[in-house]
Order: sequence, then structure tokens, then C-alpha cells
Amino acid sequence: MSVVESAPTIRKTALNAIHRKMGAKMVAFNGWDMPVEYPATGGLVAEHMAVRTGVGIFDVSHMGDIRLAGPQALAAVQHVSMNDASRLAIGQAQYSALLYPQGTFVDDVIVHRLGDDDYLLVINAGTREKDFAWVRDNTQQFDCRVTDLSDDYTQIAIQGPKAHLLVAKLTDANLAALKGYWFTHGTVCGLKNVLIGRTGYTGEDGFEIYVSSDEATSAMVWNAVLEAGKEYGALACGLGARNTLRLEAKMPLYGHEISDTINVWEAGLDRYCKVEKPEFIGREALLQAKPAGPSKVLAGLEMTGRGIARDGYRVLDQAGAGIGYVTSGSPAPFLKKNIALVYVPPAFAALGTALQVEVRGQGVAAQVVATPFYKRPKI
Amino acid sequence: MAYPDDRKYTKEHEWVMANGTSASIGITQYAQDSLGDIVFVDLPKVGSDIAVGKTFGSVESVKAVSDLFAPASGTVTEVNEELATAPEKVNQDAHAAWMLKITLSNPNELNSLLSAADYEKFVAEEAAK
Repeated sequence: MSVVESAPTIRKTALNAIHRKMGAKMVAFNGWDMPVEYPATGGLVAEHMAVRTGVGIFDVSHMGDIRLAGPQALAAVQHVSMNDASRLAIGQAQYSALLYPQGTFVDDVIVHRLGDDDYLLVINAGTREKDFAWVRDNTQQFDCRVTDLSDDYTQIAIQGPKAHLLVAKLTDANLAALKGYWFTHGTVCGLKNVLIGRTGYTGEDGFEIYVSSDEATSAMVWNAVLEAGKEYGALACGLGARNTLRLEAKMPLYGHEISDTINVWEAGLDRYCKVEKPEFIGREALLQAKPAGPSKVLAGLEMTGRGIARDGYRVLDQAGAGIGYVTSGSPAPFLKKNIALVYVPPAFAALGTALQVEVRGQGVAAQVVATPFYKRPKI
Repeated sequence: MAYPDDRKYTKEHEWVMANGTSASIGITQYAQDSLGDIVFVDLPKVGSDIAVGKTFGSVESVKAVSDLFAPASGTVTEVNEELATAPEKVNQDAHAAWMLKITLSNPNELNSLLSAADYEKFVAEEAAK
């Protein structure tokens, strides 16, 4: 008998060689070898600022994609996701989540309606296999084909107030007519029928384009996007800036603000959870939990003392008793403050409440502030 | 990158430059480069004791916290207060941006630290990993 050794494989996007050539600092992220920042062009803070004030370009091909197509595709999507996909027009997308029966998170997703009976769920990298198995296993009763398209796409996010100027140079699609959380198909860099979504994970206006994951095609598009962005000071951005940008905008990250032990009410994602839908996985548990209210809620903190809250640090009341924990904490490069998202009992979540975060054994003063920490200016 | 040979280095990427029984301590060019934008330096107070190999503070970039390990034992005589408001000085010139000055309690400890040449070899191996 022979034993086949299977070393844990580290996955690479089609742009991996380009990132390395650009001198990116690479990290293992959920099993993926991904750029965390590009020091040669200024690094994380410069990348963060480029997205807030100009435009930044991200390789987000590690994200997964699940397509549900067939006569009962809508019913299947409705069953496995908490938002109301029946409200989507063709070409429209919505933030939603896949839930466990207890109302906690399998993952958060963006649901795109591609056609009459055709939906695309964009999912997180770290939960790809789990999500696909979950969707496939829980939609067997529907006349609908579930396909994992994760490896088919190179997904590039172009984000920032100047993103529309950059993308307009590369496509014939009418971007002015494309509203936030809508998508269209157009020619991009000469490639026909490319999905262009006005979506992102930065709190800015921006686009996500989905091209073939073929290496040559991916490289051609990436280089064309960077080249087109030169006049706007576009920077390639890594996962480091992606995280600080989404944190300033209070966008949840799986495994941090949402997880299999946190439910929808705790995460404060009520407005994306349509319990008026007659049925979806997690609905009953959430309805049962509703009257009592959550025992912990997600709140935003700004550090008022000297210290940076980090993921997992304890949150203390003013007397020093442990009352909660930090899910994401970091310096906020644009706001120039140290901020954190934390779970605390509702009694401690009122705006202005003085709390502490335990930093290396010391309580450092913090205050509950309004979220999102950053909201992009309305034009 | 040439590492100055007027000081000794640790495998945790601190440097220590001694002058008799007093010494200054900082982190290396390699360390600042791996950390990225440094936004916070947490240092002990004047008068406190630090012990070789033990944590004496931390340095934070936007994305991570790294402990600082004492390259030698001693008592803190001076803290570089400038780093409290301008931690980026460490990025700009790690070998000039000292963090602490200490009185060495056992100057012989420095004998077991890396020379500039050995440290350079060590980081080259680290970078190749």
C-alpha cells in the first residue's frame, strides 16, 4: 500500500507572477498567496489613500463565484440567502448572506441576477468549498443547476472616486448609466461580454470586472488597467489596504464581524435580512431570537488613549471588567485615528460610552462612536 | 544593504550599540522593511529594567504588532520621545532611530550577539525563505 502525501497546496491567482514582479509583499491568506502591499509604490498607507482620493486596483481573484441557473433558480437563491432576491432586476446585485439554521453565518455574499433564472453569488476566498457544498446540498430539491465558477474568473476591483474615469477608458459600456450595486456586460480591453459590476469592498465608488482566468488574458487586462490609471495616480493595492478600507467603511469580514457563532441581529445586518420572506434557512431561529434582542452587538470604537486595538483584544468597562472583544482593529489611514469594531453588550454600545481596550495588559481609553467610521462624500 | 559594524545584532532584528557600559537599542533596516509603515512604538519608562531575550516593548505597523526583544540586560536611562509623535523615523532610518538608551548590567552579553556580517548573512537567508 502506498501513501500519497498531500501537502497543503497554496493557491495562486493568475496574476501571481505579476505581483511578484512588482515586488509585492506576499502573504498566505486563507490558503492563497496574495499581495498584502506593494512597497515599491509606497505601500499600504499610500494604497489606502489612493483609493480614498484617486483610484486603486486590486486583484481579488481569490473570491469565489457560484452560479445558480434553471427554472427554480430564484426559489433556490431565496431558500439559501437572507436578502430578498425576488426584488432584483436583471443586472442588479444585492448584499446578502448564507445562514445556518441557527441564524449564524455560512458566509456573506453578493447576489447578482444575470438573467431570468440565472444568479451569480460572489463569495469569500476562505469559505469557497464550504459555501459551494452548502449551496449545492441545500438546493437539491430545486430544479436548478449549481456550478462553481470560482476558478474561471480573474476578478479585478478598481476602486475610488476616479475609478469611473479609469474604467471608461477601457470599455464601451455606458458607466454613467450604471448605478451602485448594478452590473452590466461590455467590451473591456477588447474582450467581449465582460461582467462589470459597480460594486466593491472599500466604501468608495468603484467597479469589479470579471475576465477569463487565463494567465495571458489576466495579465493583459491588469497591465492595461494600471496603464490607463497612470494619469490618475492609480496604485496597485494589496489585501492590507483592502482591510483598512473596508474597516473604515464598517464592511464585515467573515471570521471577524460575522461567523458561524454570530447571528444576523448581533452583526446588525437586519436591513439585509428579509424575515418577511416566507422561508429561508435561518429564518425561524432569527424570528425566535428577535424579541429577546441580541446579548451582544457590534459597535465602533475610537481609541482616545495611546494604543491600537487589534483583532481579539479584550474590551473592558471603565472599572476594568471584561465585557467584550475586538473583531477588527487598526489604525485608520484616512481618518488618522485608531479604530475598532467590537462586540459588547447593548448596554455598553450607546454612542459616547467610555470603554477601554486591553492592550498588552493595560486598559487603553476608547469611546463608542458612530459607524461607519468613514462615509464617502455624496457628489 | 550594508549593516553598520559599530554595533551588534539579534536574530529578532534588534541592534545594540555599546559605548562602555551604556548602550542604545533599535531595530534593523530589515525589520522596518518587513513591518512596513510604522505607526506606533511602545517603549518602557526611564528607570525600568529590561532583560536580555525578554520583551521590552512593541512596534506596530498598520497591519501588525511586533514585540521588541531586549538584545541585552540593563536599566533604561533614556527613551527616544520623538518616536511617540514621529514613529515613521524608524522607517526613514532604522539604524539612526534609536529607541532606548540603557546602562548595561552585563556587557558580556553582547559577545554572543551577531556581528554586522553575520547578521547580513542571516537576513539574506531569511529573505530567501
